[in-house]
Amino acid sequence: MTAPTDLTLAEARAALAAKRISARELAEAHLAAIEKLKDLNAFITVTPERALADAAAADARIAKGEARPLDGIPLAIKDLFCTTGIRSTAASRILGNFVPPYESTVSAKLWAAGAVCLGKTNLDEFAMGSSNTTSAFGNVVNPWRRRGDNRDLVPGGSSGGSAAAVAARLCLGATATDTGGSIRQPAAFTGTVGIKPTYGRCSRWGIVAFASSLDQAGPIARTVRDAAILLREMSGHDPKDSTSADVAVPDFEAALGQGVKGLRIGVPKEYRLDGMVPEIEALWQQGIAWLKEAGATIHDISLPHTRYALPTYYIVAPAEASSNLARYDGVRYGLRVEEGGDLDDLYEATRGAGFGAEVRRRILIGTYVLSAGYYDAYYLKAQKVRALIQRDFDEAYKIVDAILTPATPSSAFAIGEKQDDPVTMYLNDVFTVPANLAGLPGISVPAGLDASGLPLGLQVLGRAFDEETVFRVAAAIEAAAGFDALPQLRAA
Amino acid sequence: MSLDAETVRRIAALARIRVKDEEVTRLQGELNHILAWIEQLSEVETEGVEPLPGAMRMKLKMREDVVTDGDLHDAILANAPDRADNAMGSFFAVPKVVE
Repeated sequence: MTAPTDLTLAEARAALAAKRISARELAEAHLAAIEKLKDLNAFITVTPERALADAAAADARIAKGEARPLDGIPLAIKDLFCTTGIRSTAASRILGNFVPPYESTVSAKLWAAGAVCLGKTNLDEFAMGSSNTTSAFGNVVNPWRRRGDNRDLVPGGSSGGSAAAVAARLCLGATATDTGGSIRQPAAFTGTVGIKPTYGRCSRWGIVAFASSLDQAGPIARTVRDAAILLREMSGHDPKDSTSADVAVPDFEAALGQGVKGLRIGVPKEYRLDGMVPEIEALWQQGIAWLKEAGATIHDISLPHTRYALPTYYIVAPAEASSNLARYDGVRYGLRVEEGGDLDDLYEATRGAGFGAEVRRRILIGTYVLSAGYYDAYYLKAQKVRALIQRDFDEAYKIVDAILTPATPSSAFAIGEKQDDPVTMYLNDVFTVPANLAGLPGISVPAGLDASGLPLGLQVLGRAFDEETVFRVAAAIEAAAGFDALPQLRAA
Repeated sequence: MSLDAETVRRIAALARIRVKDEEVTRLQGELNHILAWIEQLSEVETEGVEPLPGAMRMKLKMREDVVTDGDLHDAILANAPDRADNAMGSFFAVPKVVE
């Protein structure tokens, strides 16, 4: 029999329904896996007692024939989601021992659907990073290694703990968030599937805010189907988030079987970068060929402002972050550092000690671009370019139904690489950031390995609130790629 | 636009983040490097373009202006780093701000 940790979420769901496995057995197998692979540092907090209690409740419901959609499915929650009674850190020192008295809407929906809480996963501090090396709780290690090379690699970021946990089979799925690529880039680096849905699809209530006009929650899972199952349960209108969209949530899983025959797929020429790694270019061509074979038509399109997306992002995101992170003042919760003096001294000492280097840089950039005399030149300019980027997509979607691009410009790199300067690290998100600025859905699907044996992902972008088409195209790529490589470090 | 050391100190003061003197030069270099890279946006023609503040594609919903939550005194104070409890109630405590 397959080890419980090797089941996909959909397989586990079927096994639970057929009573071939209990929620308790599933929970115990995953808790043991977390313990065995704790050196990956994927979790900040593990909640074994909670997991077993959730599993017992799920088993009771299943026995009574009252199973809910995710009953008994063990999940991990990115530690950016507030969870009642469970310390929530955002991987920052500044949150101290903050224990939320409330639950984020997305996690509350998952628990209401019967999911089992395994714990809280590591991330870049306040979700700011592409390597999970800015966490106050240490680096996360990617379960994948280069062939013949024992160096630890980064899992990507910011949802590095969620991606590593899913890849290493420490959970059946995990929540994540994506502000500039933080779901899709770590999914690509770990051979997992990650979807950032349309802005407004999932409530942001109870998720520690980074950049409110860009942040969006989504799942990381091992298959496209598993991601579709999870996204359906995470989605939906929430009166507590005024930006959450009051639109129906489709059965994303049902869309998977529809195929891509007749779909028009756009290939944007601006995503072909100078000096692009040949393997990434080859994978992209392979993806085009797979979709053609499956009956889609391929169209060259242009998204002329693509190259300005990253610099636009690095004005908008820090500006919003500098406002959002103003709340960490050492007064109401979290860390307080007192070195004498007045209230301003308390703020400065607390924030000076509580924020890590990358967070501090972004707050300072944000404060500068919003400051008197610079607002028009930076922030307003960025908002105008953002409008042009969105317009590019609107034009493209008059001609095509979905867009195919590489997910990342490289495979996973070693811990310490690409850290000579902040801008080099920022370039990781070159293919993912435009979808955040335009608020569009995007998925990363594992599609192959590079010469060193590391996973590479393809990205599919769609129209606003058309995740169904995104899932259809992703399912076609998944089926054609037959990606079955396994990370070196894994549970079973 | 390039930041001098004085501007770095001023921004840090605005953001209420204590920066040590020995950190100012390094921060100045990092911030200027980022700003120089951002500068490429000036190439983009944006005359007459309406700024886009967010990605929301629909009108924001208004809710009824009624109290939906409250009476959470203990929950709100539960994470306070310092608190004062006296005859008037329970409060967040901060260093003295009024003489």
